Amino acid sequence: MKRQLAWRASLVGVAALLSFLYILPSIPGFSPLPAWWRYVRPLIFAPPPEPISLGLDLQGGMHLVLEVDTEKAVEIAVERRVAEIQGAVEGEGISVARLERRGTRQIFLEITEEKARGAVERILGNYPEMARSEEGRTQFLLTLSGREVAVIQEQAVEQNVEKIRNRVDEFGVREPLIQREGDRRIVVQLPGIKDPERAIKLIGKTALLEFKMVDERSRDRNIVEEALKGKVPEGAEILYEKVLDPQGRVVDRIPYLLEKKTVLTGDVLTSARVQFDPDTNEPVVAFALDRAGARIFGDVTGKNVGRRLAIVLDGNVYSAPVIQNRIGGGRGQITGRFTPDGARDLAIVLRAGALPAPVDVIANLTVGPSLGQDSIRAGVQASIVAGILVVSVMAFYYRLAGVVADLALLLNLVMMLGILAGIQATLTLPGIAGIALTIGLAVDSNVLIFERIREELRLGKTVRSAIDTGYSKAWVTILDSHITALITAMALFLFGSGPVRGFAVTLAIGILINLFTATVGTRVVFDWMTLRGMKRLSI
Amino acid sequence: MEVIGKTNIDFLGMRRVAFTISTLLVLVGVFATVQIVRGRANLGIDFAGGTSVQVRFEQPVELAKVRRAIAASGFPEGELQQFVGGHRLFIRVKSSGKPVTGTAAAIEEQLREAFSTNPFIVESSNEVGPVIGRELQQAALWAILVSLLGIVSYIAWRFEFRFGIVATVATFHDVLVVLGIFFLLGNEITLLIVTALLTLAGYSLTDTVVVFDRIRENFRTRRRDSLAEMINVSINQVLSRTIMTSLTTLLAILAIFLLGGEVLRDFSLALMLGIVVGTYSSVFVASPLVYEWRMRGRRQAVGVKRQAQSLH
Repeated sequence: MKRQLAWRASLVGVAALLSFLYILPSIPGFSPLPAWWRYVRPLIFAPPPEPISLGLDLQGGMHLVLEVDTEKAVEIAVERRVAEIQGAVEGEGISVARLERRGTRQIFLEITEEKARGAVERILGNYPEMARSEEGRTQFLLTLSGREVAVIQEQAVEQNVEKIRNRVDEFGVREPLIQREGDRRIVVQLPGIKDPERAIKLIGKTALLEFKMVDERSRDRNIVEEALKGKVPEGAEILYEKVLDPQGRVVDRIPYLLEKKTVLTGDVLTSARVQFDPDTNEPVVAFALDRAGARIFGDVTGKNVGRRLAIVLDGNVYSAPVIQNRIGGGRGQITGRFTPDGARDLAIVLRAGALPAPVDVIANLTVGPSLGQDSIRAGVQASIVAGILVVSVMAFYYRLAGVVADLALLLNLVMMLGILAGIQATLTLPGIAGIALTIGLAVDSNVLIFERIREELRLGKTVRSAIDTGYSKAWVTILDSHITALITAMALFLFGSGPVRGFAVTLAIGILINLFTATVGTRVVFDWMTLRGMKRLSI
Repeated sequence: MEVIGKTNIDFLGMRRVAFTISTLLVLVGVFATVQIVRGRANLGIDFAGGTSVQVRFEQPVELAKVRRAIAASGFPEGELQQFVGGHRLFIRVKSSGKPVTGTAAAIEEQLREAFSTNPFIVESSNEVGPVIGRELQQAALWAILVSLLGIVSYIAWRFEFRFGIVATVATFHDVLVVLGIFFLLGNEITLLIVTALLTLAGYSLTDTVVVFDRIRENFRTRRRDSLAEMINVSINQVLSRTIMTSLTTLLAILAIFLLGGEVLRDFSLALMLGIVVGTYSSVFVASPLVYEWRMRGRRQAVGVKRQAQSLH
């Protein structure tokens, strides 16, 4: 009996001490950590030296759920093959009647002369991932295979995660979380962000930079008018430039008739940074191209002196300067009434690169830092008051036994925080609610045991045997109630999202701890009392 | 110290009254559920999709002026809720099926223009697309179903099948009643409220299990008592525990309700209602249901026996 008690007592003591050491980094007064903690750390399974982190609802911040338009990624991939095939076919001098993308996954090619068939087939042979079906002697229909579609979609999401991570890193957010969720979704969490709108723009912008020639035919006003009515000439498209007032609101849109063919895209950018235009003193984004890009840029500008070159970002024309002379060095700038922040963000996204597929923001949950602090303060205050109430009721009603139960509650709380620190959980508001509920369960277990002991005492049993029977009979009930609560917690964890999961985790941990403290923790004290020959139990 | 000593209350005798009250309350809950499924209830934007913005002004604001500003931003259907003090506002726009970004920004901009002399800060803003809302609804439904299924099987295994079913009925009863009250109060049903409902399901189940446990124990030890006596004695035996636990927990949650801030107010309200209803149902609904079921079963069994005898 004595040895068994000693063993259990040391178990409780070790649990309490371990938990306390685990929480130490989270206690404000102990940062920086005392030197001895570092020596103790390897002995206690090396807990993380960081404090328990607070969820976005407590410290403020932004939670974004993005959905990647993977179908668009497929479309872009097919579009790129169209351009490649066009280049190859033209290179062989084959005359093409029609070459276009059909739907998102097909390419249709029609040549004028049947004798070029062999050459075309050779070119198309370079695309084994596209199933070929002939619709006639001069017509080809290529369909992207299902497997290739899956690969493209997968890569699009992966690359988007990568690009978004680069952008966030450059933007400078402390401890961001960028995580893939499911097939097409990306979760982005930015703690402590000050300007949510700006962050969304930075993350969600596709940032596809394109250089396109303004179509020669747009010198004729009539053709432009017709195009605006819907009769866009072959090989051209209409894009708009937004005219902004000083407050940044769109006041007008200027149409441009551009060649559909893209001269260059932002892939070839090696740098992008903010500069100030010496004439207007407005911020501009200056960029530099890599060697291959610079060569193409030089060729195109050299061949088209006097024409206008449009700089297009995500389908909007930013400017369309007239080419004065050949631009050789591969340098240029984007103007467009930027604010300094806007210019800085554009430079960031251009450096990080375009998203391979556009994203939609399907959920945006933002909590300002002030509300977070209010919530913490209110939550802490309420918990303290609730704690004091519970502790006093227990001590008042069950006397010494109540005080023992209160110590068990404290142990409960310390172990809970210790485990949360150990698994590096994030504490959220629902998580705190879960802790509160655990305290409720702990109280219930003790009440069950104490009422049972009282009953046994009323039957005239000795203190020792009343405690024994009380515990063993209450144990069955406690086990049943805790397991049913655990089932609920597991269901919540399986089907819940973020905050609900936090609640489920704290609840489950609390249930397990409580099974320990209510049955081993308090029991140690009572057994010790009876061992010392106590005749009357204050309960 | 003891609040109540040994009691001998005839809880089973009050079962007709209790069943009537419960049936009425449950019907409200069922109606609320139907309305939720039809999308007619006050669903939070996390379920229904849409935008919510919470702002705090430096000085109190006039609601009508806010309403005009929100209408000007293109969302005349926006709903307003003003918190204590008058300078804190909650604005909500239900989903229109469009992409979500920009609504919160548009509202903010209009407010800034309308209240240029009374600056405000955005305390929180949520934009949830309709797809996410539907997914959350489904997930919540699954969570409820799976946890109920798990609980029935566990109790059916630990006690007997009838107890499992009755415990589930009592739990459903509690969840539906609280849901019904929330519906009648017009309070928003959010993910946090669903969490509270599941929590109270767990809580009320504990209460029921405690009583059932005692009944099971008494089945073994008090063979000579009638079923009614046995159930009544069991309830009376655990009554002090039931009241003590409920009061303590209620006190703790009351503190959170009063001091825990707006975010936790509805959550703790649901829990408080749940504790009251759960305590009531474990005493007045669950055990009497076991009694009814057993008695009917026995009467039928006796009837079958008589029929069998008359055939001979």
